[in-house]
Amino acid sequence: MQILNKETNIDFLKLRKFAMVLSILLIVGSVTSFFTKGLNYGLDFTGGTLIEVGYEQDADIPKIHDQLEAIEINGAVVQNFGSAKIVQIRMPQQEHIENAKVGDEVLSALRSEGASVTKRDQSFVGPVIGEELKEKGGLAMIVALICIMIYVALRFEWKFAVGSVFALAHDVIIIVGFFSITAVEFDLTVLAALLAVIGYSLNDTIVVFDRIRENFLRMRKGSSEEVVNTSLNQTLSRTLMTSITTLLVLLALFFYGGQTIHSFAEALIVGVFIGTYSSIYVASPVALLLGVKKEDLMPPEVEKEGEEFDMP
Amino acid sequence: MFVNQPNQQQLPINTYPKWKYVLIVIVLSLAFLYAAPNIFGKDPAVQLSGLRDAMITQQQLDEIESSWEANGVEPVSVKPSAIGEEGVKQIIARFKKDADQLKARELANDVLNPTLENQNYVTALNLAPATPEWLANLGGEPMKLGLDLRGGIHFLMQVDMEQALKRQQDQLRRDFIDTLTDQEPSIRGRVEPIENGMLLSFRNQEDAERAYEALFKEHTGRIDLQLSEKGGRPIIRGTLNQQKLQEIKDHAIDQNRVILSSRVNSLGVAEPLIQRQGADRIVVQLPGVQDSALAKQILGATASLEFRLVDHEADVVSAQNGRVPPGSKLFESEYGPIVVFDEVEVAGEHLTNATASYDPQTNEPIVSVRLDGEGGSKMTRTTTANVNNQLAMILKESRPIFDIKDGKRVLVGSELEERLISAPNINGPFGSRFQITGRFTEAETRDLARKLRSGALIAPTFIVEERTIGATLGEENIQKGVTSVIIGFALVLGFMLVYYKLFGLVANVALTLNLVMIVCVMSLMGATLTLPGIAGIVLTVGMAVDANVLIFERIREELRSGSRPAQAIDKGYGHAVSTIADANITTAIAAIILFAIGTGPVKGFAITLFIGILTSMFTAIFVSRGIVNLMYGGRTVKKLSI
Repeated sequence: MQILNKETNIDFLKLRKFAMVLSILLIVGSVTSFFTKGLNYGLDFTGGTLIEVGYEQDADIPKIHDQLEAIEINGAVVQNFGSAKIVQIRMPQQEHIENAKVGDEVLSALRSEGASVTKRDQSFVGPVIGEELKEKGGLAMIVALICIMIYVALRFEWKFAVGSVFALAHDVIIIVGFFSITAVEFDLTVLAALLAVIGYSLNDTIVVFDRIRENFLRMRKGSSEEVVNTSLNQTLSRTLMTSITTLLVLLALFFYGGQTIHSFAEALIVGVFIGTYSSIYVASPVALLLGVKKEDLMPPEVEKEGEEFDMP
Repeated sequence: MFVNQPNQQQLPINTYPKWKYVLIVIVLSLAFLYAAPNIFGKDPAVQLSGLRDAMITQQQLDEIESSWEANGVEPVSVKPSAIGEEGVKQIIARFKKDADQLKARELANDVLNPTLENQNYVTALNLAPATPEWLANLGGEPMKLGLDLRGGIHFLMQVDMEQALKRQQDQLRRDFIDTLTDQEPSIRGRVEPIENGMLLSFRNQEDAERAYEALFKEHTGRIDLQLSEKGGRPIIRGTLNQQKLQEIKDHAIDQNRVILSSRVNSLGVAEPLIQRQGADRIVVQLPGVQDSALAKQILGATASLEFRLVDHEADVVSAQNGRVPPGSKLFESEYGPIVVFDEVEVAGEHLTNATASYDPQTNEPIVSVRLDGEGGSKMTRTTTANVNNQLAMILKESRPIFDIKDGKRVLVGSELEERLISAPNINGPFGSRFQITGRFTEAETRDLARKLRSGALIAPTFIVEERTIGATLGEENIQKGVTSVIIGFALVLGFMLVYYKLFGLVANVALTLNLVMIVCVMSLMGATLTLPGIAGIVLTVGMAVDANVLIFERIREELRSGSRPAQAIDKGYGHAVSTIADANITTAIAAIILFAIGTGPVKGFAITLFIGILTSMFTAIFVSRGIVNLMYGGRTVKKLSI
């Protein structure tokens, strides 16, 4: 079976102006939403207490709200978690109740009318930790981007490095924007997913760059645009295949992995689409825009493919 | 068309030299061997451990085993799992059935802790890996499961370093004043606190210079001294140097870790984790514990130290028979029974440090103790009046109380317990600095110093993060994790087979081997499997396929451009390798950074991702090529099933 039977010859670059507009729109939208609406940060980032309780019947959420208000718990977010019988209650640090006691107080309030309630899970995160995480998360992202840029610049050329980092920043911004617009909870696992997307999208970009480099050396004639276009076409079926297999496992995680990694899977699914798009329409066009040409890739590149691994 | 094949030698196309196959077979056999412990599951077990210094004697063990035998409980194996310097500290007994496990624990508890008052042993239910002995002897161990997969409580404790530093600063003030007043004639000056040290100001330059010399002589190596001038007066800045600051922090962390460990041990939790995290935090994980309020109460309880005098007038023998004089208490200790006055001479809060060191004259191991100013003057008063009496050091700690309810041993609360840790003779009056000698070994002095410090609470801790994961949630997580891995895996396998036919099958074999290798490496590293870790594995599966996809697409391309099948395989692999390497190295960079900066779930994800990248390079390139070579190598191939 083959998805693409013959060698394709799609003029990807014809659409690059349109793609650029689309990317800019998406980025502007994401940034705007991030600064106006912000992110629905999870407990990891905000600090506070989270309690997950299980009821025997479907939970009555408005009533839970009333019960919480009765014991003066402010700012609680009550929502179903994976099932109508399971409720997650998230609340910021309470001033009048000690952190150690919040769980028990909430539980006894919920049980006050004789309902059978079991505590499934409880977390408390201090405000310092949350702040630190935001800082560290941002730092991780920046350090990762810099290290990757250095590696790509060494292995390829600085124009490619800039192109790949543009693509990565593009992906990260749009995924963060997605989480901001949809208000899906942004927790620590989403942060991990974001970094995984960097890895994935980069993987895609490098494969394309690798082919561009090869074709620059092989195709004696042809403009830079033509070389890039040919390379994109040659790698297209691989790009699609890998996206499909990765999506297959991500869908399995999304549907069967349980609530805890739901956001994680969601972030990655969005990431696979954005990452695939960006390696075609952001990374290469940026490198072209910077004027990448055959001479940039000529020797001293003496290394031959495959040599490092000593494959016969 | 012969393109670069530098290492072709005399071997025909698409064949591996023998050693490569040997290498593959060896690596894969090891992978299967060390991944195997994970399929044996776990046996119900009972863990018996001594609290503090209590050892499990052979006699006790015999008694327990005969009690089990008499009650029809037959252990699969009984083995010591922790052996201290003085004997067996912990024993793990495995059983076949859960019912046996519960019964065995009760019976063992009856032997080890015959009365409710005198509980020196902890009996805990545990799950011990059912790895066959020969495999365990080779170092085979199953992966550890994270709290999110087995349920339990996670605490992140912050050590209050400011308190620790403040105590040291107070100490420094006293030391400086001592040094200056000890001089002949004594030097007068003003002392005021500055960050991490003290600022001394003097009336004239001569005083300042003398002070500098004296301070330098006495405190060198510990503080940085700087002589300068401020507002026309000579001043000296004496600040704790980096090394000393680090030492203070390390001590504070270490002290708290030791205290937490001993308390966690008293809870009887199987496989607890107590680990330093970063500069000033400690992670405590208690698998299987569900009652967070009680756990907090026990972890948070403070130990305190008291210096009291020994009551020599009391008759030890009659005290042992229950006639303890009022105002005194009888202690059983390793030095025999001792009667000690209730009155506290100096409280442990005055202790600023206790370290194991050596007597400069005799070179014998000793413990150096330092008290703060107030403690020092109290101590001088006490010791001057009581030369030749004994100074008892009592450590007060809360410990859990268990009770039997409905045939089960449950934790009902905690009580304060007093322990005599040392009772040296007072050879002469002393004050804020003194030494405890007594034919100690080096290990003993370290232990004593640690115990003394644990009662001083140099730096208090507070909880900054707490997570309780219910046991059912843990099971749910495991189940869902496994289900999603299986489904995702099956989908990919099916898709690859349909899409690439025989080559797809090769890729699938490589993928399966990759999974085995990830499990093997994680087991060997002792890495902990968490839910995000499972996600990392799933993602690796998706991405590991990429290597084979790259190769196969390349082969198809070569076929389309008219290469003969054998050539196509060779060139397909050859061309794809550098691409795969570049792509994987960049992803590995991201994984390493995640690991370095991330904590908890992010770290778990990063570990599996990184391991997955490495193993996938081996299986997807090396092993898959090996299989393809076996199928197509060394003969004429007309058509490829790709």
